[in-house]
Amino acid sequence: MAEAAGVRTERPGRGPAGAPADPTGPGDRGAEPWRWVTGLRAYGLIVAMWVRSAMAYRVSFVLTALGNFSVTALDFVAILLMFAHVDALGGYTLPEIAFLYGTSGVAFGLADLALGSMDRLGRRVRDGTLDTMLVRPAPMLAQVAADRFALRRVGRVAQGLLVLIWALAALDVDWTPVKLVLLPVMLLSGGVIFTAVFVAGGAFQFWAQDASQVQNSFTYGGATLLQYPPTVFARDLVRGVTFVVPLAFVNWLPALHILGREDPLGLPGWVDFLPPVVALVCCALAGLVWRAGLRSYRSTGS
Amino acid sequence: MRLYAAVAVSTFRRYTTYRVATAAGVFTNTVFGFILAYTYIALWEQREGLGGYDLPEALTYVWMGQALLMTMAMMGGGFEDELIERIRTGDVAVDLYRPADLQLWWLASDLGRAAFHILGRGVLPMLAGALAFELAVPRDPLVWAATLGAVLLGVVVSFAIRYLVVLSAFWLLDGQGVSQIVALAGMFFSGMLLPLTVFPGLLGTVAQALPWASALQIPADVFLGKYPGAELAGAYAFQGGWALALLAAGRALQSVATRKVVVQGG
Repeated sequence: MAEAAGVRTERPGRGPAGAPADPTGPGDRGAEPWRWVTGLRAYGLIVAMWVRSAMAYRVSFVLTALGNFSVTALDFVAILLMFAHVDALGGYTLPEIAFLYGTSGVAFGLADLALGSMDRLGRRVRDGTLDTMLVRPAPMLAQVAADRFALRRVGRVAQGLLVLIWALAALDVDWTPVKLVLLPVMLLSGGVIFTAVFVAGGAFQFWAQDASQVQNSFTYGGATLLQYPPTVFARDLVRGVTFVVPLAFVNWLPALHILGREDPLGLPGWVDFLPPVVALVCCALAGLVWRAGLRSYRSTGS
Repeated sequence: MRLYAAVAVSTFRRYTTYRVATAAGVFTNTVFGFILAYTYIALWEQREGLGGYDLPEALTYVWMGQALLMTMAMMGGGFEDELIERIRTGDVAVDLYRPADLQLWWLASDLGRAAFHILGRGVLPMLAGALAFELAVPRDPLVWAATLGAVLLGVVVSFAIRYLVVLSAFWLLDGQGVSQIVALAGMFFSGMLLPLTVFPGLLGTVAQALPWASALQIPADVFLGKYPGAELAGAYAFQGGWALALLAAGRALQSVATRKVVVQGG
Protein backbone atom coordinates (compact mmCIF):
# COMPACT_ATOMS: atom_id res chain seq x y z
CA MET A 1 0.00 0.00 0.00
CA ALA A 2 2.81 2.39 0.89
CA GLU A 3 4.36 1.70 -2.49
CA ALA A 4 1.11 2.44 -4.23
CA ALA A 5 0.96 5.77 -2.47
CA GLY A 6 4.54 6.41 -3.51
CA VAL A 7 3.64 6.02 -7.15
CA ARG A 8 0.77 8.41 -6.81
CA THR A 9 2.89 11.16 -5.29
CA GLU A 10 5.41 10.68 -8.04
CA ARG A 11 2.93 11.17 -10.83
CA PRO A 12 2.46 14.98 -10.70
CA GLY A 13 6.23 15.35 -10.97
CA ARG A 14 6.49 13.18 -14.07
CA GLY A 15 3.39 14.49 -15.74
CA PRO A 16 4.74 17.78 -17.09
CA ALA A 17 7.86 16.03 -18.34
CA GLY A 18 5.72 13.78 -20.53
CA ALA A 19 3.40 16.54 -21.68
CA PRO A 20 5.62 18.31 -24.25
CA ALA A 21 5.55 15.16 -26.36
CA ASP A 22 1.94 15.71 -27.25
CA PRO A 23 2.11 18.78 -29.51
CA THR A 24 4.42 16.94 -31.89
CA GLY A 25 1.77 14.22 -32.15
CA PRO A 26 -0.86 14.06 -34.85
CA GLY A 27 -0.49 17.59 -36.18
CA ASP A 28 2.23 17.13 -38.78
CA ARG A 29 0.81 14.23 -40.69
CA GLY A 30 3.00 14.77 -43.74
CA ALA A 31 6.37 13.99 -42.17
CA GLU A 32 6.54 10.19 -42.36
CA PRO A 33 9.66 9.59 -40.23
CA TRP A 34 8.26 11.68 -37.41
CA ARG A 35 5.19 9.50 -37.15
CA TRP A 36 7.42 6.57 -36.35
CA VAL A 37 9.20 8.53 -33.67
CA THR A 38 6.02 9.82 -32.03
CA GLY A 39 4.50 6.37 -32.26
CA LEU A 40 7.43 4.72 -30.55
CA ARG A 41 7.56 7.52 -28.01
CA ALA A 42 3.89 7.17 -27.19
CA TYR A 43 4.35 3.40 -26.95
CA GLY A 44 7.28 3.89 -24.57
CA LEU A 45 5.36 6.30 -22.36
CA ILE A 46 2.31 4.04 -22.07
CA VAL A 47 4.51 1.01 -21.43
CA ALA A 48 6.38 2.88 -18.69
CA MET A 49 3.08 3.76 -17.08
CA TRP A 50 1.90 0.15 -16.99
CA VAL A 51 5.26 -1.04 -15.68
CA ARG A 52 5.12 1.48 -12.84
CA SER A 53 1.57 0.45 -12.00
CA ALA A 54 2.58 -3.24 -11.98
CA MET A 55 5.54 -2.46 -9.73
CA ALA A 56 3.15 -1.02 -7.13
CA TYR A 57 2.25 -4.64 -6.33
CA ARG A 58 5.66 -6.25 -6.36
CA VAL A 59 4.71 -9.60 -4.84
CA SER A 60 1.87 -10.02 -7.29
CA PHE A 61 4.23 -9.13 -10.13
CA VAL A 62 6.84 -11.71 -9.10
CA LEU A 63 4.19 -14.40 -8.65
CA THR A 64 2.53 -13.78 -12.01
CA ALA A 65 5.91 -13.62 -13.77
CA LEU A 66 6.76 -16.98 -12.21
CA GLY A 67 3.35 -18.21 -13.31
CA ASN A 68 4.05 -17.17 -16.89
CA PHE A 69 7.39 -18.91 -16.67
CA SER A 70 5.78 -22.13 -15.44
CA VAL A 71 2.95 -22.18 -18.01
CA THR A 72 5.42 -22.52 -20.83
CA ALA A 73 7.80 -24.65 -18.79
CA LEU A 74 5.06 -27.30 -18.56
CA ASP A 75 5.11 -27.60 -22.36
CA PHE A 76 8.76 -28.48 -22.12
CA VAL A 77 8.09 -30.93 -19.30
CA ALA A 78 5.64 -32.67 -21.64
CA ILE A 79 8.42 -32.95 -24.25
CA LEU A 80 10.78 -34.34 -21.60
CA LEU A 81 8.13 -36.90 -20.63
CA MET A 82 7.88 -37.93 -24.28
CA PHE A 83 11.63 -38.42 -24.38
CA ALA A 84 11.40 -40.66 -21.35
CA HIS A 85 10.00 -43.19 -23.84
CA VAL A 86 11.81 -42.41 -27.10
CA ASP A 87 15.28 -41.32 -28.23
CA ALA A 88 14.12 -39.23 -31.15
CA LEU A 89 10.91 -37.58 -32.33
CA GLY A 90 10.46 -37.14 -36.06
CA GLY A 91 14.15 -38.03 -36.38
CA TYR A 92 15.27 -35.24 -34.03
CA THR A 93 17.05 -35.71 -30.72
CA LEU A 94 16.08 -33.96 -27.49
CA PRO A 95 18.74 -31.20 -27.73
CA GLU A 96 17.69 -30.49 -31.30
CA ILE A 97 14.03 -30.19 -30.32
CA ALA A 98 15.06 -28.09 -27.32
CA PHE A 99 16.82 -25.77 -29.80
CA LEU A 100 13.62 -25.43 -31.84
CA TYR A 101 11.63 -25.02 -28.64
CA GLY A 102 13.97 -22.33 -27.30
CA THR A 103 14.11 -20.31 -30.51
CA SER A 104 10.32 -20.47 -30.95
CA GLY A 105 9.84 -19.58 -27.28
CA VAL A 106 12.15 -16.55 -27.36
CA ALA A 107 10.80 -15.20 -30.67
CA PHE A 108 7.19 -15.61 -29.60
CA GLY A 109 7.93 -14.37 -26.07
CA LEU A 110 9.39 -11.12 -27.42
CA ALA A 111 6.33 -10.45 -29.58
CA ASP A 112 3.99 -11.46 -26.76
CA LEU A 113 5.79 -9.09 -24.41
CA ALA A 114 5.72 -6.22 -26.89
CA LEU A 115 2.05 -6.42 -27.84
CA GLY A 116 0.42 -9.44 -26.25
CA SER A 117 -2.65 -7.50 -25.16
CA MET A 118 -3.78 -7.15 -28.75
CA ASP A 119 -6.65 -9.56 -28.11
CA ARG A 120 -8.25 -6.95 -25.87
CA LEU A 121 -9.00 -4.84 -28.92
CA GLY A 122 -12.21 -6.76 -29.63
CA ARG A 123 -13.47 -6.02 -26.14
CA ARG A 124 -12.66 -2.34 -26.57
CA VAL A 125 -14.60 -2.27 -29.84
CA ARG A 126 -17.54 -3.95 -28.13
CA ASP A 127 -17.74 -1.73 -25.06
CA GLY A 128 -16.92 1.46 -26.92
CA THR A 129 -13.74 2.38 -25.02
CA LEU A 130 -11.83 2.39 -28.31
CA ASP A 131 -13.35 5.80 -29.05
CA THR A 132 -11.40 7.29 -26.16
CA MET A 133 -8.20 6.14 -27.83
CA LEU A 134 -9.18 7.63 -31.17
CA VAL A 135 -9.33 11.14 -29.77
CA ARG A 136 -5.98 10.87 -27.99
CA PRO A 137 -3.04 12.59 -29.67
CA ALA A 138 -1.04 9.42 -30.27
CA PRO A 139 -1.04 6.81 -33.05
CA MET A 140 -3.71 4.19 -32.58
CA LEU A 141 -1.43 1.20 -33.09
CA ALA A 142 0.98 2.43 -30.41
CA GLN A 143 -1.88 2.84 -27.96
CA VAL A 144 -3.46 -0.53 -28.64
CA ALA A 145 -0.09 -2.30 -28.61
CA ALA A 146 0.89 -0.81 -25.27
CA ASP A 147 -2.55 -1.23 -23.74
CA ARG A 148 -2.22 -3.14 -20.46
CA PHE A 149 1.42 -3.88 -21.19
CA ALA A 150 2.34 -6.80 -18.94
CA LEU A 151 5.99 -6.95 -17.91
CA ARG A 152 5.26 -10.32 -16.28
CA ARG A 153 5.47 -11.80 -19.78
CA VAL A 154 9.27 -11.67 -19.51
CA GLY A 155 8.70 -14.97 -17.71
CA ARG A 156 7.97 -16.58 -21.06
CA VAL A 157 11.06 -15.08 -22.72
CA ALA A 158 13.23 -16.19 -19.80
CA GLN A 159 11.92 -19.74 -20.02
CA GLY A 160 12.57 -19.97 -23.75
CA LEU A 161 16.03 -18.49 -23.28
CA LEU A 162 16.93 -21.03 -20.58
CA VAL A 163 15.93 -23.96 -22.78
CA LEU A 164 17.82 -22.39 -25.70
CA ILE A 165 20.99 -22.02 -23.62
CA TRP A 166 20.72 -25.62 -22.45
CA ALA A 167 20.20 -26.76 -26.04
CA LEU A 168 23.24 -24.81 -27.25
CA ALA A 169 25.36 -26.39 -24.52
CA ALA A 170 24.09 -29.90 -25.28
CA LEU A 171 24.29 -29.62 -29.07
CA ASP A 172 27.42 -30.26 -31.04
CA VAL A 173 26.94 -27.54 -33.66
CA ASP A 174 29.58 -26.98 -36.30
CA TRP A 175 29.72 -23.20 -35.71
CA THR A 176 30.72 -20.90 -38.56
CA PRO A 177 30.65 -17.07 -38.54
CA VAL A 178 27.52 -17.17 -40.70
CA LYS A 179 25.70 -19.42 -38.25
CA LEU A 180 26.77 -17.21 -35.32
CA VAL A 181 25.17 -14.19 -37.00
CA LEU A 182 22.13 -16.15 -38.13
CA LEU A 183 21.13 -17.09 -34.57
CA PRO A 184 20.39 -13.59 -33.18
CA VAL A 185 19.02 -12.48 -36.58
CA MET A 186 16.64 -15.43 -36.49
CA LEU A 187 15.41 -14.63 -32.98
CA LEU A 188 14.77 -10.96 -33.81
CA SER A 189 13.16 -11.64 -37.19
CA GLY A 190 11.04 -14.33 -35.59
CA GLY A 191 9.86 -11.86 -32.97
CA VAL A 192 8.98 -9.38 -35.70
CA ILE A 193 7.08 -12.00 -37.72
CA PHE A 194 5.00 -12.92 -34.66
CA THR A 195 4.48 -9.20 -33.99
CA ALA A 196 3.05 -8.81 -37.50
CA VAL A 197 0.72 -11.76 -36.84
CA PHE A 198 -0.44 -10.07 -33.63
CA VAL A 199 -1.13 -6.80 -35.50
CA ALA A 200 -3.01 -8.56 -38.31
CA GLY A 201 -4.97 -10.53 -35.71
CA GLY A 202 -5.78 -7.29 -33.91
CA ALA A 203 -6.98 -5.69 -37.14
CA PHE A 204 -9.22 -8.70 -37.79
CA GLN A 205 -11.07 -7.87 -34.58
CA PHE A 206 -12.33 -4.61 -36.06
CA TRP A 207 -14.55 -6.80 -38.23
CA ALA A 208 -15.16 -9.77 -35.94
CA GLN A 209 -15.09 -8.41 -32.42
CA ASP A 210 -15.61 -11.68 -30.60
CA ALA A 211 -13.12 -13.63 -32.67
CA SER A 212 -9.94 -12.89 -30.71
CA GLN A 213 -9.61 -16.67 -30.31
CA VAL A 214 -8.79 -17.05 -34.01
CA GLN A 215 -5.67 -15.01 -33.42
CA ASN A 216 -4.61 -17.47 -30.71
CA SER A 217 -4.52 -20.26 -33.31
CA PHE A 218 -1.79 -18.46 -35.19
CA THR A 219 0.11 -16.98 -32.25
CA TYR A 220 -0.01 -19.55 -29.46
CA GLY A 221 -0.76 -22.33 -31.92
CA GLY A 222 2.08 -21.23 -34.18
CA ALA A 223 4.53 -21.06 -31.28
CA THR A 224 3.54 -24.59 -30.24
CA LEU A 225 3.85 -25.87 -33.80
CA LEU A 226 7.38 -24.48 -34.16
CA GLN A 227 8.54 -26.27 -31.01
CA TYR A 228 8.47 -29.52 -32.94
CA PRO A 229 10.50 -30.38 -36.05
CA PRO A 230 8.75 -30.00 -39.43
CA THR A 231 9.25 -33.70 -40.14
CA VAL A 232 6.56 -34.42 -37.53
CA PHE A 233 3.84 -32.65 -39.51
CA ALA A 234 2.03 -33.40 -42.73
CA ARG A 235 3.74 -31.88 -45.75
CA ASP A 236 0.74 -29.71 -46.63
CA LEU A 237 0.76 -28.18 -43.18
CA VAL A 238 4.47 -27.39 -43.53
CA ARG A 239 3.77 -25.82 -46.94
CA GLY A 240 1.00 -23.77 -45.39
CA VAL A 241 3.21 -22.28 -42.68
CA THR A 242 5.97 -21.65 -45.21
CA PHE A 243 4.06 -19.95 -48.01
CA VAL A 244 0.73 -18.78 -46.53
CA VAL A 245 1.39 -17.74 -42.92
CA PRO A 246 5.20 -17.68 -43.08
CA LEU A 247 5.83 -18.98 -39.57
CA ALA A 248 8.43 -21.43 -40.89
CA PHE A 249 10.80 -18.46 -41.21
CA VAL A 250 10.58 -17.79 -37.46
CA ASN A 251 12.81 -20.74 -36.68
CA TRP A 252 12.33 -23.85 -38.82
CA LEU A 253 14.29 -22.83 -41.93
CA PRO A 254 17.15 -20.92 -40.23
CA ALA A 255 17.33 -23.42 -37.36
CA LEU A 256 17.60 -26.35 -39.75
CA HIS A 257 20.50 -24.54 -41.38
CA ILE A 258 22.26 -24.12 -38.03
CA LEU A 259 21.59 -27.74 -37.11
CA GLY A 260 22.85 -28.84 -40.54
CA ARG A 261 19.57 -30.55 -41.43
CA GLU A 262 17.74 -30.90 -44.73
CA ASP A 263 14.41 -29.13 -44.79
CA PRO A 264 11.57 -31.49 -45.74
CA LEU A 265 10.33 -29.25 -48.56
CA GLY A 266 13.74 -29.25 -50.23
CA LEU A 267 13.83 -25.47 -50.71
CA PRO A 268 17.05 -23.88 -52.07
CA GLY A 269 19.70 -23.03 -49.47
CA TRP A 270 19.46 -19.25 -49.69
CA VAL A 271 15.87 -19.41 -48.39
CA ASP A 272 17.32 -20.10 -44.93
CA PHE A 273 18.64 -16.53 -44.83
CA LEU A 274 15.34 -14.88 -45.75
CA PRO A 275 13.82 -14.34 -42.27
CA PRO A 276 14.66 -10.61 -42.07
CA VAL A 277 13.15 -10.03 -45.52
CA VAL A 278 10.06 -12.06 -44.66
CA ALA A 279 9.75 -10.14 -41.40
CA LEU A 280 9.77 -6.81 -43.25
CA VAL A 281 7.20 -7.97 -45.80
CA CYS A 282 5.00 -9.29 -42.99
CA CYS A 283 5.20 -5.93 -41.22
CA ALA A 284 4.21 -4.07 -44.37
CA LEU A 285 1.25 -6.38 -44.97
CA ALA A 286 0.17 -6.22 -41.33
CA GLY A 287 0.36 -2.43 -41.51
CA LEU A 288 -1.93 -2.40 -44.54
CA VAL A 289 -4.42 -4.73 -42.89
CA TRP A 290 -4.32 -2.61 -39.75
CA ARG A 291 -5.10 0.57 -41.68
CA ALA A 292 -7.94 -1.10 -43.55
CA GLY A 293 -9.32 -2.38 -40.25
CA LEU A 294 -9.06 0.94 -38.50
CA ARG A 295 -10.75 2.68 -41.41
CA SER A 296 -13.68 0.31 -41.39
CA TYR A 297 -14.19 0.81 -37.64
CA ARG A 298 -17.59 2.10 -36.64
CA SER A 299 -18.24 2.95 -33.05
CA THR A 300 -20.90 0.95 -31.26
CA GLY A 301 -22.18 4.25 -29.97
CA SER A 302 -23.05 2.86 -26.58
CA MET B 1 -34.78 -28.18 -7.62
CA ARG B 2 -36.74 -26.29 -10.28
CA LEU B 3 -34.84 -23.16 -9.33
CA TYR B 4 -31.47 -24.82 -10.00
CA ALA B 5 -32.73 -26.25 -13.28
CA ALA B 6 -33.77 -22.73 -14.29
CA VAL B 7 -30.32 -21.41 -13.36
CA ALA B 8 -28.67 -24.09 -15.49
CA VAL B 9 -30.94 -23.42 -18.45
CA SER B 10 -30.45 -19.67 -18.33
CA THR B 11 -26.66 -20.02 -18.15
CA PHE B 12 -26.81 -22.33 -21.14
CA ARG B 13 -28.83 -19.74 -23.03
CA ARG B 14 -26.51 -16.96 -21.97
CA TYR B 15 -23.55 -18.77 -23.55
CA THR B 16 -25.46 -19.38 -26.79
CA THR B 17 -25.45 -15.61 -27.38
CA TYR B 18 -21.75 -15.51 -28.22
CA ARG B 19 -21.90 -17.22 -31.59
CA VAL B 20 -18.88 -15.67 -33.28
CA ALA B 21 -16.74 -16.33 -30.21
CA THR B 22 -17.88 -19.95 -30.23
CA ALA B 23 -17.01 -20.37 -33.91
CA ALA B 24 -13.59 -18.80 -33.29
CA GLY B 25 -13.07 -21.15 -30.36
CA VAL B 26 -13.95 -24.19 -32.44
CA PHE B 27 -11.38 -23.10 -35.00
CA THR B 28 -8.68 -22.74 -32.33
CA ASN B 29 -9.52 -26.11 -30.74
CA THR B 30 -9.26 -27.72 -34.17
CA VAL B 31 -5.89 -26.13 -34.93
CA PHE B 32 -4.44 -27.24 -31.60
CA GLY B 33 -5.96 -30.68 -32.13
CA PHE B 34 -4.10 -31.01 -35.42
CA ILE B 35 -0.77 -29.89 -33.93
CA LEU B 36 -1.07 -32.30 -31.00
CA ALA B 37 -2.28 -35.13 -33.23
CA TYR B 38 0.84 -34.93 -35.41
CA THR B 39 3.18 -34.97 -32.39
CA TYR B 40 1.29 -37.97 -31.03
CA ILE B 41 1.64 -39.74 -34.39
CA ALA B 42 5.41 -39.16 -34.26
CA LEU B 43 5.51 -40.49 -30.71
CA TRP B 44 3.29 -43.53 -31.23
CA GLU B 45 5.04 -44.50 -34.46
CA GLN B 46 8.20 -44.88 -32.40
CA ARG B 47 6.54 -46.62 -29.49
CA GLU B 48 3.44 -48.52 -30.56
CA GLY B 49 1.21 -49.22 -27.59
CA LEU B 50 2.64 -46.48 -25.39
CA GLY B 51 0.49 -45.92 -22.30
CA GLY B 52 -1.72 -48.83 -23.34
CA TYR B 53 -3.05 -47.06 -26.46
CA ASP B 54 -2.61 -47.92 -30.10
CA LEU B 55 -2.33 -45.02 -32.56
CA PRO B 56 -6.07 -44.55 -33.32
CA GLU B 57 -6.76 -44.61 -29.59
CA ALA B 58 -4.04 -42.05 -28.89
CA LEU B 59 -5.48 -39.78 -31.59
CA THR B 60 -8.97 -40.21 -30.16
CA TYR B 61 -7.49 -39.13 -26.84
CA VAL B 62 -6.15 -35.93 -28.46
CA TRP B 63 -9.53 -34.96 -29.87
CA MET B 64 -11.33 -35.89 -26.65
CA GLY B 65 -8.95 -33.46 -24.96
CA GLN B 66 -9.86 -30.67 -27.37
CA ALA B 67 -13.57 -31.47 -27.03
CA LEU B 68 -13.43 -31.39 -23.23
CA LEU B 69 -10.97 -28.50 -22.78
CA MET B 70 -13.70 -25.88 -22.47
CA THR B 71 -16.31 -28.23 -21.02
CA MET B 72 -14.06 -28.92 -18.05
CA ALA B 73 -12.94 -25.25 -18.00
CA MET B 74 -9.40 -26.52 -17.50
CA MET B 75 -7.84 -23.17 -18.26
CA GLY B 76 -10.46 -21.30 -16.25
CA GLY B 77 -13.13 -19.26 -17.97
CA GLY B 78 -16.09 -20.71 -16.12
CA PHE B 79 -18.00 -18.95 -13.35
CA GLU B 80 -14.86 -18.08 -11.36
CA ASP B 81 -14.21 -14.52 -12.55
CA GLU B 82 -17.81 -13.53 -11.95
CA LEU B 83 -18.03 -14.89 -8.42
CA ILE B 84 -14.57 -13.60 -7.44
CA GLU B 85 -15.66 -10.16 -8.58
CA ARG B 86 -18.83 -10.45 -6.49
CA ILE B 87 -16.75 -11.41 -3.47
CA ARG B 88 -14.34 -8.54 -4.06
CA THR B 89 -17.07 -5.94 -4.42
CA GLY B 90 -19.17 -7.35 -1.59
CA ASP B 91 -22.11 -8.23 -3.85
CA VAL B 92 -21.79 -11.76 -2.52
CA ALA B 93 -23.58 -10.54 0.61
CA VAL B 94 -26.74 -10.23 -1.49
CA ASP B 95 -26.22 -13.74 -2.83
CA LEU B 96 -25.91 -15.09 0.71
CA TYR B 97 -29.26 -13.56 1.63
CA ARG B 98 -31.05 -15.31 -1.20
CA PRO B 99 -33.21 -18.33 -0.40
CA ALA B 100 -30.88 -20.51 -2.47
CA ASP B 101 -27.69 -22.35 -1.65
CA LEU B 102 -24.63 -20.51 -2.96
CA GLN B 103 -22.68 -23.62 -3.92
CA LEU B 104 -25.63 -25.37 -5.59
CA TRP B 105 -26.55 -22.19 -7.44
CA TRP B 106 -23.14 -21.93 -9.04
CA LEU B 107 -22.92 -25.68 -9.61
CA ALA B 108 -26.18 -25.49 -11.56
CA SER B 109 -24.85 -22.53 -13.50
CA ASP B 110 -21.59 -24.34 -14.27
CA LEU B 111 -23.46 -27.44 -15.45
CA GLY B 112 -25.44 -25.24 -17.84
CA ARG B 113 -22.19 -23.76 -19.15
CA ALA B 114 -20.60 -27.20 -19.53
CA ALA B 115 -23.65 -28.47 -21.43
CA PHE B 116 -23.28 -25.59 -23.86
CA HIS B 117 -19.54 -26.07 -24.24
CA ILE B 118 -19.75 -29.79 -24.98
CA LEU B 119 -22.27 -29.09 -27.75
CA GLY B 120 -20.81 -25.81 -29.01
CA ARG B 121 -17.09 -26.40 -28.54
CA GLY B 122 -16.83 -30.18 -28.30
CA VAL B 123 -18.76 -31.73 -31.18
CA LEU B 124 -17.24 -29.89 -34.14
CA PRO B 125 -13.53 -30.31 -33.26
CA MET B 126 -14.19 -34.01 -32.61
CA LEU B 127 -15.88 -34.27 -36.00
CA ALA B 128 -12.97 -32.51 -37.70
CA GLY B 129 -10.58 -34.91 -36.02
CA ALA B 130 -12.64 -37.91 -37.09
CA LEU B 131 -12.62 -36.69 -40.68
CA ALA B 132 -8.87 -36.08 -40.83
CA PHE B 133 -7.56 -39.03 -38.82
CA GLU B 134 -8.48 -42.63 -38.15
CA LEU B 135 -10.02 -42.56 -34.68
CA ALA B 136 -11.13 -45.36 -32.38
CA VAL B 137 -14.76 -44.28 -32.06
CA PRO B 138 -16.93 -46.77 -30.13
CA ARG B 139 -19.91 -48.31 -31.92
CA ASP B 140 -21.74 -49.40 -28.77
CA PRO B 141 -24.29 -46.72 -27.74
CA LEU B 142 -23.87 -47.85 -24.13
CA VAL B 143 -20.24 -46.71 -24.23
CA TRP B 144 -21.38 -43.28 -25.39
CA ALA B 145 -23.87 -43.13 -22.54
CA ALA B 146 -21.20 -44.24 -20.06
CA THR B 147 -18.87 -41.52 -21.40
CA LEU B 148 -21.55 -38.90 -20.88
CA GLY B 149 -21.83 -40.02 -17.25
CA ALA B 150 -18.06 -39.77 -16.79
CA VAL B 151 -18.04 -36.30 -18.37
CA LEU B 152 -20.83 -35.17 -16.05
CA LEU B 153 -18.96 -36.41 -12.98
CA GLY B 154 -15.79 -34.81 -14.34
CA VAL B 155 -17.50 -31.43 -14.61
CA VAL B 156 -18.69 -31.71 -11.01
CA VAL B 157 -15.14 -32.49 -9.80
CA SER B 158 -13.76 -29.62 -11.89
CA PHE B 159 -16.44 -27.32 -10.46
CA ALA B 160 -15.66 -28.37 -6.89
CA ILE B 161 -11.95 -27.55 -7.38
CA ARG B 162 -12.70 -24.18 -8.94
CA TYR B 163 -15.21 -23.39 -6.20
CA LEU B 164 -12.42 -23.82 -3.63
CA VAL B 165 -10.26 -21.47 -5.72
CA VAL B 166 -13.00 -18.87 -5.77
CA LEU B 167 -13.48 -19.06 -2.00
CA SER B 168 -9.82 -18.11 -1.54
CA ALA B 169 -10.89 -14.66 -2.70
CA PHE B 170 -12.60 -14.15 0.67
CA TRP B 171 -9.11 -13.91 2.13
CA LEU B 172 -6.98 -12.75 -0.78
CA LEU B 173 -9.54 -10.50 -2.57
CA ASP B 174 -7.58 -11.05 -5.78
CA GLY B 175 -7.97 -14.64 -6.90
CA GLN B 176 -5.70 -14.35 -9.95
CA GLY B 177 -2.59 -15.98 -8.51
CA VAL B 178 -4.42 -18.98 -7.06
CA SER B 179 -6.53 -19.36 -10.22
CA GLN B 180 -3.40 -19.42 -12.35
CA ILE B 181 -1.65 -22.04 -10.25
CA VAL B 182 -4.70 -24.30 -10.13
CA ALA B 183 -5.25 -23.88 -13.88
CA LEU B 184 -1.64 -24.97 -14.44
CA ALA B 185 -2.08 -28.02 -12.23
CA GLY B 186 -5.33 -28.76 -14.03
CA MET B 187 -3.72 -28.63 -17.48
CA PHE B 188 -0.91 -30.90 -16.43
CA PHE B 189 -2.63 -33.42 -14.16
CA SER B 190 -5.81 -33.82 -16.20
CA GLY B 191 -3.70 -35.34 -18.96
CA MET B 192 -4.30 -32.48 -21.38
CA LEU B 193 -0.65 -32.29 -22.48
CA LEU B 194 0.06 -36.01 -22.44
CA PRO B 195 -2.05 -38.97 -21.22
CA LEU B 196 -1.40 -39.69 -17.54
CA THR B 197 -0.77 -43.34 -18.45
CA VAL B 198 2.33 -42.15 -20.34
CA PHE B 199 3.76 -40.37 -17.27
CA PRO B 200 6.66 -42.49 -16.05
CA GLY B 201 6.86 -44.27 -12.67
CA LEU B 202 5.71 -42.62 -9.48
CA LEU B 203 4.63 -39.43 -11.25
CA GLY B 204 2.17 -41.48 -13.28
CA THR B 205 0.80 -43.26 -10.22
CA VAL B 206 0.34 -40.02 -8.30
CA ALA B 207 -1.16 -38.17 -11.28
CA GLN B 208 -3.75 -40.89 -11.81
CA ALA B 209 -4.84 -40.69 -8.17
CA LEU B 210 -5.36 -36.91 -8.14
CA PRO B 211 -8.83 -35.41 -8.71
CA TRP B 212 -7.84 -33.85 -12.06
CA ALA B 213 -7.71 -37.33 -13.62
CA SER B 214 -11.53 -37.14 -13.53
CA ALA B 215 -11.54 -34.29 -16.04
CA LEU B 216 -9.96 -35.94 -19.07
CA GLN B 217 -8.12 -39.21 -18.40
CA ILE B 218 -11.14 -41.10 -17.07
CA PRO B 219 -13.77 -39.81 -19.55
CA ALA B 220 -11.36 -40.54 -22.42
CA ASP B 221 -10.62 -44.04 -21.10
CA VAL B 222 -14.34 -44.74 -20.69
CA PHE B 223 -14.85 -43.59 -24.28
CA LEU B 224 -12.04 -45.87 -25.44
CA GLY B 225 -13.66 -48.82 -23.67
CA LYS B 226 -10.91 -49.27 -21.07
CA TYR B 227 -13.52 -49.76 -18.34
CA PRO B 228 -15.66 -52.67 -19.54
CA GLY B 229 -18.65 -53.90 -17.53
CA ALA B 230 -18.32 -53.65 -13.77
CA GLU B 231 -15.03 -51.75 -13.94
CA LEU B 232 -17.04 -48.72 -14.96
CA ALA B 233 -18.42 -48.60 -11.42
CA GLY B 234 -14.86 -48.27 -10.15
CA ALA B 235 -14.19 -45.29 -12.45
CA TYR B 236 -17.45 -43.64 -11.42
CA ALA B 237 -16.65 -44.30 -7.76
CA PHE B 238 -13.28 -42.58 -8.14
CA GLN B 239 -14.86 -39.52 -9.75
CA GLY B 240 -17.85 -39.50 -7.40
CA GLY B 241 -15.62 -39.87 -4.35
CA TRP B 242 -13.49 -36.89 -5.33
CA ALA B 243 -16.60 -34.89 -6.23
CA LEU B 244 -18.18 -35.49 -2.82
CA ALA B 245 -14.97 -34.86 -0.90
CA LEU B 246 -14.21 -31.63 -2.72
CA LEU B 247 -17.79 -30.36 -2.57
CA ALA B 248 -17.80 -31.06 1.18
CA ALA B 249 -14.51 -29.21 1.53
CA GLY B 250 -16.08 -26.32 -0.36
CA ARG B 251 -19.03 -26.22 2.01
CA ALA B 252 -16.77 -26.30 5.07
CA LEU B 253 -14.58 -23.52 3.71
CA GLN B 254 -17.64 -21.53 2.73
CA SER B 255 -19.05 -21.61 6.25
CA VAL B 256 -15.71 -20.37 7.60
CA ALA B 257 -15.58 -17.67 4.93
CA THR B 258 -19.11 -16.38 5.42
CA ARG B 259 -18.58 -16.14 9.15
CA LYS B 260 -15.76 -13.69 8.61
CA VAL B 261 -17.29 -11.82 5.68
CA VAL B 262 -17.37 -8.09 6.20
CA VAL B 263 -19.25 -6.20 3.56
CA GLN B 264 -17.32 -3.20 2.37
CA GLY B 265 -18.88 0.02 1.33
CA GLY B 266 -21.32 2.43 2.90
